[in-house]
Amino acid sequence: MAAEVVILGGGVGGTIVANLVAKKSSGRANVTVVDATGIHVYQPGFLYVAVGKEQPSALQRAETTLLRDDVSLVVDRAARVDTSARIVQLDSGRTLSYDQLLLATGSRTVMDEVPGAKDAHDFYTMEGAIRLFEALKGFDGGTIVIGVAGIPYKCPPAPVEFVFLLDDYLRGRGIREKTQIKLLSPLNRAFTIEATSKLVQPILAERGIELTGFFNVESVDPIAKTVTSLEGETVEYDLLVLVPPHRGQQVIEDSGLGDERGWVPVDKNTLRHTKLDRTWAIGDTTNIPISKSGSVAHYEASVAAAEIVAAVKGEAAPAHVYDGKVMCFLETGQGQATTIRFDYDHPPVSPAPARRWHWAKALFNKTYWHTVPQGRLP
Amino acid sequence: MSTVQIDKTIDARGMACPGPLMNLIGAIRQGQVGQIFEVLSSDEGSKTDIPAWTAKAKHELVEVRQDEGYAHFIVRKAR
Repeated sequence: MAAEVVILGGGVGGTIVANLVAKKSSGRANVTVVDATGIHVYQPGFLYVAVGKEQPSALQRAETTLLRDDVSLVVDRAARVDTSARIVQLDSGRTLSYDQLLLATGSRTVMDEVPGAKDAHDFYTMEGAIRLFEALKGFDGGTIVIGVAGIPYKCPPAPVEFVFLLDDYLRGRGIREKTQIKLLSPLNRAFTIEATSKLVQPILAERGIELTGFFNVESVDPIAKTVTSLEGETVEYDLLVLVPPHRGQQVIEDSGLGDERGWVPVDKNTLRHTKLDRTWAIGDTTNIPISKSGSVAHYEASVAAAEIVAAVKGEAAPAHVYDGKVMCFLETGQGQATTIRFDYDHPPVSPAPARRWHWAKALFNKTYWHTVPQGRLP
Repeated sequence: MSTVQIDKTIDARGMACPGPLMNLIGAIRQGQVGQIFEVLSSDEGSKTDIPAWTAKAKHELVEVRQDEGYAHFIVRKAR
């Protein structure tokens, strides 16, 4: 009898694991991906949609085109996991039994946790990015404020990248002199990573982007057009862009699989659930104190896949573990970018911004569809 | 040993910067005025980050105490 491997979530992590398990289990696993939409979305592209540099249609493909033929896709929302009966209940009422379960449900944004922020802009969903670009097209000068309403959030450098791309956009429209850009950071530096913050802070200053540290957004007054921090400061805006608070998916919270914010506790090396057998989690889904990003999900996927294949075959757990590897690009505007690389044992390093990193990011974004989901890039 | 009554302890040992500070900020966000929070952190960056944030946010840094391989930061939510 083949083992039933059920993967919740058809994002980058879930898709790679599904393809690798199907490929490497020698026909001993039936692999099923459960995804609420059946559409795979390349989320790093939202940033570009928000400044009119990418078309939404270029960021979406049918999940079936990215999965091997021997992987089944169920388009439905996972409602609850019964870990003692090893059953996943779906919204439609259907149930799926599993022998091995991967939680790759990612994170969700909850802007309504911030009082008054219902109408604030964001670039963390496709709808948000499209709406933000519409607002920017109608903007003709004033103060644009970018703030962070909760950590952890997806892609730590994204707010910094956004202000650089926004600076380019406003210069292109000839309204930069009429616009103040204010970046409000929750820390006393540009973003979480200290070494890279030191690299980008002089560039922020050079471009006239004002950085305010230790500003953890607490509430918004949409009538007065002000945003107030947990630290007690208030800033005025004409256009407000917020990184929304994030939490784990509803199914994780409803099934008691995670902590109070819905993050799933896993071993940071093996990605096994710390309390449950036959269960792994990767990507944004976990509580590992590391970036929530596609890059992490990508590097974790081969480890989770090897773990699941070993379990399916009844073999010893593989020696290969996740070492905390992260590699991502950071746009610094004006056609340049840098990179950020680190792992659990090596602190982040970033080279001086250069055109080649911007082009490398653009090339990665375009070739993603043919390399990453299939597990072709180690 | 501290004689302060701790309401919540955040064990952030092994967590890299800025994890310990962000966990404290999260706890203070959810907490009540007057509550006392203790952060255990082995990250050197916490020694500057946590006191600097506590001062900026106008909370009270009650105590910083070094232990074996980590430090205790005790903070009272003041407003």
